[in-house]
Amino acid sequence: MRARRHKAARPLVVVAALVLLGAVYAGLSPATTGVADDATTSAQVEQGRQLFAVSCASCHGLNGEGLASQGAPSLAGVGAAAVDFQVRTGRMPMANPLAQAPRKPNTFTDAEIAALAAFVANLGTGPEIPTEDQYLPEGLTAEQIARGGDLFRTNCSACHNFQGSGGALPQGITAPTLIGVDAKTIHEAMRTGPGQMPVFGGGAIPDSDVKAMIGYLEEVHAQPSAGLTLGSLGPVSEGFWGWVVGIGSLVLFALWITSKAARR
Amino acid sequence: MSLDTRDTRDTLDLPVPDPGLHEEERFTDSDEAAGRRAYRQVVGLLAAVPVLAITFVVVYFAVPADAQLVLFGSAFKAHPVLLGLTGGVAVLAIGVALIHWARTIMGDQDVVEERHPAGSSAEARQAAAAVFAEGVEQSGIGRRKLIGMGLAGGVGILAVPAVVMLADMGPWPTAAVRAETIERTIWAQAVRIVNDVNNLPVKAAEVELGQLINAQPENLHELQESDPVAYQREKAKAALIVVRMDPAAIRIPASRQDWQVDGILAYSKICTHVGCPISLWEQQTHHLLCPCHQSTFDLANSGVVVFGPAARSLPQLPIMVDDEGFLVARSDFTVPVGPSYFERDSSRDFKEGDD
Repeated sequence: MRARRHKAARPLVVVAALVLLGAVYAGLSPATTGVADDATTSAQVEQGRQLFAVSCASCHGLNGEGLASQGAPSLAGVGAAAVDFQVRTGRMPMANPLAQAPRKPNTFTDAEIAALAAFVANLGTGPEIPTEDQYLPEGLTAEQIARGGDLFRTNCSACHNFQGSGGALPQGITAPTLIGVDAKTIHEAMRTGPGQMPVFGGGAIPDSDVKAMIGYLEEVHAQPSAGLTLGSLGPVSEGFWGWVVGIGSLVLFALWITSKAARR
Repeated sequence: MSLDTRDTRDTLDLPVPDPGLHEEERFTDSDEAAGRRAYRQVVGLLAAVPVLAITFVVVYFAVPADAQLVLFGSAFKAHPVLLGLTGGVAVLAIGVALIHWARTIMGDQDVVEERHPAGSSAEARQAAAAVFAEGVEQSGIGRRKLIGMGLAGGVGILAVPAVVMLADMGPWPTAAVRAETIERTIWAQAVRIVNDVNNLPVKAAEVELGQLINAQPENLHELQESDPVAYQREKAKAALIVVRMDPAAIRIPASRQDWQVDGILAYSKICTHVGCPISLWEQQTHHLLCPCHQSTFDLANSGVVVFGPAARSLPQLPIMVDDEGFLVARSDFTVPVGPSYFERDSSRDFKEGDD
């Protein structure tokens, strides 16, 4: 005689499978790592340590102590936000330790980045990875966006240009463009100060103001232009266009007007 | 000297022989087909004008004001771009057609048109001189000389009100006036350092290593409402850069040990070259770079100039913490901020090697 299954067995199996899947997903998803229990965290730190040993330790040292000869700083106290910024934007691992790290495609999964961040965050206290309510510029009033513009022009435009188009810095390095850069990355960059960029800490510029600044950038970048923006770089590209292309074509026109028509 | 230049061409000894007029036929004159082609081109350009003008009107009404056009990867407002293209090209077509017509179809023989002499004839000049002399004689100024002197004196003295007004356009920069204007700011003992724009006071404990704060004095905010002119004037002098560096990695001279709080240093934001506000600070080199003329100041070494046209170190503001832990000024700047001026005493500025 075949053993009869209880009629609730199938739904129960489905529910149990969903719970298991959810638990595995929650364990791997970086957005929820902040509240993971100790066992998950230490497993994640361990995974991060292994990833770090393979991908980062050749410059930063096995314990993130840094290596002056490679120009690699100590990672004690840089925080999870710095790791998330550097690895998610593809800046780390660097291809060339002597040049400025460019933005490039990131080859790590979100879970691997979370593990690396957990390992580095364990080396010393530093900024945590921000949550959406810290950086998403939603529901801003026009007044807040204008204030964000004030803050942006005061603190950021010296390097990143008034529209966030980026700019040149001494010694061949550049301030990257902020066009198309997501809100989380901007928040993390302000809080961690990557490369030559200074830190813009929460004491002077709280999250609400960071959101207003990001809102300003999104507003500016969404504005259509009535003509060629020339990269929104200001006087350099505009001067080039005006003097070389504009005056140049007028000179060519003048030459054409005063020249004589073709003769035999 | 002869006033008439009409025959000088023949008599003057020319340094280069006159090449005369050079005539050669254009293709459009000698080749019938080329002539017809040029004719068609001119008419074609002119015929394009009504087409473009009508397109302009159609675009004006038919294209929605908020329509966008994506060209070269960036979004344009379709309306002004299309109106500019149709209207602009129409006007350009008229101009190009006229010039093409003039160059290829209109007669192009060079013509010499001799200029009449610029000067009047000797008789005319003598007559004018006689009229003038008679006028002077009739005015009586020759006999009643005081009229002339009075007129000259009267007109001359009018320069005095003008000079007085020009000289009084601002306070005369005596030493006492300078000491109250360009040689002081509203920084003073216990004035809190607040972040620019949002006016948040800065807690020393919250300033992170490598942090940059574009700051101003807390008492500036009061002026914004009460005296907007003074607000602008004081902001231009009091603007501040606050940075935190590792005290072990920077050089703090003995005389400035109590000007800083655990590696938090405050400097004037106004370049000592021509007064541009500077906020381009490189966290790792500790260099502050002025965007106007690339003067570079080393904030890890009391603000000395390491590059560029600035001649003086960036003035440092002595700071401390108050009993609530906020950063406050210890005093005003010890030297005038901003660009040099003729009377400035620069002997007290920080120089490389001072202690």
